Amino acid sequence: MPFFQVEALSISFGGLAALSDLSFSVEKGEIFAIIGPNGAGKTTLFNCINGIYRPGEGSIRFKGQSLVGMRPDRVARCGIARTFQNIELFSHMNTMENIMLGRHLHMKTGLFRGAFLWGKGSFAGKEERENRQKAEEIIDFLDLQSVRNAFVGALPYGTQKVVELARALATEPELLLLDEPCAGMNSEEKQDMIFWIKDIQDELGVTILLIEHDMNMVMDISDRILVINFGRQVTLGTPDAVQRHPEVIKAYLGEEAALEPHP
Amino acid sequence: MDMKRDYYEDIRFFTSGVTVFWFVVLIVFLSAFPFLVKNYYVYVANYMAINVIVAVGLNILVGYTGQISLGHAGFFAIGAYGTVTLMTSAHVPFLPALFLAAGTAAFFGFLLGLPALRLEGPYLAIVTLGFGLTVTQVIGKLDFFGGRQGLHAPDLVIGSWNLDTDREFYYLVMVITVVMVVAVRNIIKTRVGRAFIAIRDADIAAEAMGVNLVVFKTLAFALSAFCTGIAGGLYAFVLRFIEPEIFTLLMSIMFLAMVVVGGLGSIMGSITGACLLSWMDLQLRNILSFPHVGTWLESLSRMYFSITGVSNIQFILFGGIMIAIMLFEPLGIFGIWIRTKKYWKTWPF
Ligand SMILES: Nc1ncnc2c1ncn2[C@@H]1O[C@H](COP(=O)(O)OP(=O)(O)O)[C@@H](O)[C@H]1O
Ligand SMILES: [Mg+2]
Repeated sequence: MPFFQVEALSISFGGLAALSDLSFSVEKGEIFAIIGPNGAGKTTLFNCINGIYRPGEGSIRFKGQSLVGMRPDRVARCGIARTFQNIELFSHMNTMENIMLGRHLHMKTGLFRGAFLWGKGSFAGKEERENRQKAEEIIDFLDLQSVRNAFVGALPYGTQKVVELARALATEPELLLLDEPCAGMNSEEKQDMIFWIKDIQDELGVTILLIEHDMNMVMDISDRILVINFGRQVTLGTPDAVQRHPEVIKAYLGEEAALEPHP
Repeated sequence: MDMKRDYYEDIRFFTSGVTVFWFVVLIVFLSAFPFLVKNYYVYVANYMAINVIVAVGLNILVGYTGQISLGHAGFFAIGAYGTVTLMTSAHVPFLPALFLAAGTAAFFGFLLGLPALRLEGPYLAIVTLGFGLTVTQVIGKLDFFGGRQGLHAPDLVIGSWNLDTDREFYYLVMVITVVMVVAVRNIIKTRVGRAFIAIRDADIAAEAMGVNLVVFKTLAFALSAFCTGIAGGLYAFVLRFIEPEIFTLLMSIMFLAMVVVGGLGSIMGSITGACLLSWMDLQLRNILSFPHVGTWLESLSRMYFSITGVSNIQFILFGGIMIAIMLFEPLGIFGIWIRTKKYWKTWPF
């Protein structure tokens, strides 16, 4: 049984096929990249996986369980977390609270136990402390101490991307979907991000699905790469094999500009 | 930064000795208040406190969860009628009756939350508005609830304590108000409240992080309705007589104005907004007896409106204030307070 498997996946919007007959499987512990030009259907694929869209046809299985038709919060509980291409942070909360929302599904405090937050020893007090400790570990891991108490709406774009990663990590996912984590970052921020993604794979053992336009980065850190265009597979293989594929060369690597980030 | 920090700091109620001090001052003041002032002001305080409960409850929905309600007078009516009829018809003691009535309001809140899962903004406003109007219509048509004639509240007895004066009632209202406000504050600071705010700021991301939108949106409605139901049950004993005409759309709008004026998403703001608008509401009801202004308004109204136009002048003002707040200070009094605080921080001497 593959760790994560997509089979014959199709979805269309008003006659326009955003994904057609897409199939691939991902091994546990892999960094699996998905590349393709804008509008190829990469984000749509993520939306199908985490339940925002319901695919028209095909199946998505995670550890043998079908995800099709599952609500996003149920998918999250299965151990799948994601970040968004267009940042979707809780902009009126600070960094810590954003990360704490990632702890939501590991916590139990409801209305009653929340209302009776009577000191450290109360159920809610204990649970908050333990989970804030976990959130703090993620803040340390991703170097976010300096913005710990800052409202995320006012943070620089690159930092917001890191907070999104932190929030996703706080759910303790087994599978992490990263939608253009480096878009809009300067090269220093990019280096950090690459380093962290590798660390998340190596140290936390998280399997990663990565959408990214920066070809240097993708070739560097991916175990395998799926290339799609117009919602269909162009090729799938190791970075070396993909780099030699004629269509990929034509689209990305043929020209000098190919090694620059895609607009 | 110190290595071993205590993460409870982030959510604790008393963040420092100063907050403990102010809390104690507040409690002492509230306890002594009825002995310091004329009976009328005790009545005013009761009215304010009840509106504080409503505003704090409505703020959960509007300020924190980002939904809208123009129907909270409906929950208020359910709380008031529920408490009174349970006491008179079923002989349930006051406190259980109050909680059962608020529970009923919460149930209706849950039901009203269901369409909110699909509707947003103006559509939700219309549905909630319809709810509020329906409640008063239904109550007005049922003999069981006294129909248009209304109902008298029974004597208020808790155990062997007969609360037959405004002063005695004051202590009951204050205890309930303080407990409710602290409870709501705690809920907002912990998991449920975070989920509410997350839904307001980015519902798609909240869902992707494991927040069940169905549960938490309906929960926000139910909790908000519960608070309003409690307030309604208490209000029945402020008036001692309830009739459907009290629970109008204008009342729902006043509730909303309290939250907006105080500042969306701030508990201190809701408290301030509720006190301010309650006071204005009571004052402006007597605007015709104000020196100068009253006679001027009266002649104005004789010339241009019917005489009843002036008796509802507070709602015209509330509407105007809401528009002004939305245009100039969307965070309300709370926003002004935050900016003043910043200003004083950088004050050179
Ligand atoms: N909700 C939607 N409604 C209509 N069309 C959509 C929707 N989501 C995606 N699409 C279309 O699907 C195609 C793929 O989009 P997307 O997955 O965002 O591409 P990308 O590979 O750049 O992430 C685009 O043509 C887009 O317009
Ligand atoms: Mg995309």
